[in-house]
Amino acid sequence: MIPGIAADFSQDTIWTTVVKAVLIVVFLLTSVLFAIWFERKVVARMQVRPGPNWHGPFGLLQSLADAMKLLLKEDLTVTAADKFTYLLAPMISVFCSLLVFAVVPFGPEVTIPFTDYSTPAQLTDFPVAVLYVLACASLGVYGIVLGGWSSGSTYPLLGAVRSTAQVISYELAMGLSLVSVFLMAGSMSTSQIVDSQTRLWWFIPLLPAFVVYVISMVGETNRLPFDLPEAEGELVSGYMTEYSSMKFAWFFLAEYINMLNVSAVAVTLFLGGWRAPWPLSAVGAGMLNEGWWAVLWFLVKLWAVMFVFVWVRGTLLRLRYDQFMVFGWKVLIPVALSFAVVVALIQWANRVVELPFTATLWVIGGVFAVLLALVWFWPEKPRPIGRKGGEEAVLDAFADGYPVPPLPGQTLPPSPRGRRTPIEHDAAGAVADAAGAGPGSAATETGGVLQKKGRVTGE
Amino acid sequence: MTATGGEAALFWVLAPLMVLAALGLLFVRRAVHAAMCLVFVMVSLAIMYIAQEAAFLGVVQVVVYTGAVMMLFLFVLMLVGVDASDSLTETIKGQRGIGLLLGLGLGIVLAGVVAQAAFPPAAGLGLANEVTNPVGLARILFGDYVLAMEAVGVLLVTAAMGALVLTHRRRLEPRRTQRTMAESRVRALPRGVSLTPQPTPGVYALNNAMDTPALDPAGEPVEASVPRVLRIRGQQRSVGALLESERATVEGE
Repeated sequence: MIPGIAADFSQDTIWTTVVKAVLIVVFLLTSVLFAIWFERKVVARMQVRPGPNWHGPFGLLQSLADAMKLLLKEDLTVTAADKFTYLLAPMISVFCSLLVFAVVPFGPEVTIPFTDYSTPAQLTDFPVAVLYVLACASLGVYGIVLGGWSSGSTYPLLGAVRSTAQVISYELAMGLSLVSVFLMAGSMSTSQIVDSQTRLWWFIPLLPAFVVYVISMVGETNRLPFDLPEAEGELVSGYMTEYSSMKFAWFFLAEYINMLNVSAVAVTLFLGGWRAPWPLSAVGAGMLNEGWWAVLWFLVKLWAVMFVFVWVRGTLLRLRYDQFMVFGWKVLIPVALSFAVVVALIQWANRVVELPFTATLWVIGGVFAVLLALVWFWPEKPRPIGRKGGEEAVLDAFADGYPVPPLPGQTLPPSPRGRRTPIEHDAAGAVADAAGAGPGSAATETGGVLQKKGRVTGE
Repeated sequence: MTATGGEAALFWVLAPLMVLAALGLLFVRRAVHAAMCLVFVMVSLAIMYIAQEAAFLGVVQVVVYTGAVMMLFLFVLMLVGVDASDSLTETIKGQRGIGLLLGLGLGIVLAGVVAQAAFPPAAGLGLANEVTNPVGLARILFGDYVLAMEAVGVLLVTAAMGALVLTHRRRLEPRRTQRTMAESRVRALPRGVSLTPQPTPGVYALNNAMDTPALDPAGEPVEASVPRVLRIRGQQRSVGALLESERATVEGE
């Protein structure tokens, strides 16, 4: 048994490992076929249309048919391409995406049916397993970058450059949000992290880190609203513009496997891994937390996160590139970094100073109260009035040659109608109306209104 | 110092490939290929580290060097010279001689250091990784060598700040935000400037090229939908001719 990890692989032979590896690859490939169908179906439902419903039950075989069609298409190699790199790039993408699931725990010890052989439902684990996931992700970017470069064309190159910048910056935010989980769990091994969530899933105490992770995982996988490397409207389809047939299919496969990867990491690190959700976890003294049941919970959670991916895609628009980078560097990274520092301080108080937990809560509450008081009593900046900071306090009704309504803080000039006196022959009706409204309301300023009313009553 | 069967096999597969890649780094023509060779060497090194139970070192090697540093290198290489095969002319006089001399000097210094170094007796992996590999490493780095760590951290931050300061340009005019651009576009409206993007060229059954004008709701051709360059060159097609040819095709079949 390796020190520092919870799962026990000491019984595994080389054959167990091979079988598990093959199962993982089969699982990933079928999941990708299912994920494409799932995405199309869910987005279709959100857009009030049926989606694929022709091939197989519920259209389930649609993505299989699409994959077959893709493989049988003509395989083009553009003239300007750097041949070897052009071929290598999609392979790097797929291989790196296949590596991640090696450390994802599907469940605890499971017994193989019809035998009494039991083994962890996980290929392997080591003390730095989560860092290994990050390493695979950062290697996968080479596929995108080299694909874009080797095509020898402008759009792919721009897409590749964008994706480099994007993945590097969002991986920083992702890594920093994972740091707080490491601090709480006291480990970087996936099975150990799942083990540490027996009482509480980490997304509750580490909510800010979880939010940062979810945002940066969407950025990391180049999905809407962060699909700038392949933005159809701007870059045709970015780094895969010059790819066709099987090579394109590999990029496509890698993209969907990456979605599954980051979802699995989110489930393992924040959503309790294979643990049953709360009311179910209490059933029969944790009966549902063991064996093959756990695999079910893991898959349910995995697809719940995948649903979030599709939901986000169906809801949000693509960001502009500069706004996207500003968001990554000026919002996500500082938030993740400062939250990691806060978690470190709390853990320090908890373990080194050995402050009781209630006292820690009191300190947190006190800090929040002080911050709240500061925000409350901070002198407010005077807000600029009008369009140019107070210069146009009086409304220019025809600014720039067009009729414009008053902005907040601008005052209307007195109405030119108000200066008119009521017309003689309407006076009787107007006076009668004014008497109804109350004495004194027939002042010159409301004359216009009175005049109108007078005409209505006069008719 | 004998390796187990698996580890020996791994070494004998990876080591020749690594040597090949390292030689490739020296001899390939294109900079991006050289960078790829280096990446291969780095990843193989990481695998070797992991095989020798230095899991943290191996993974960090990939994340930091391959994932971040080499990626930035590649980024610059791709931006600077996409298709230019790199010029091999030497711009500094006597560069080769100086380089050779300095390289020789470095070699002598390194050989001297390696020859002089005396190691304490090895404690063994079992003891080193007793509290798990990352924890053991953390105790050494943040316990025994905490000052060196802090110094390196301060140096790196200083270097990053220096890079920022050196590349910083003072903004001479106010930043053009989305809002100011929208306002200036609205202000230009009375001068006949369009608020929206230009209309796209026309799409017909037989033709959707850049030189075919779009039709407005009244059926009139929209001049602005054809790019200005084509209009100036006189290369735009008339709608009448297009529709005539389409009708001829449809009726001919």
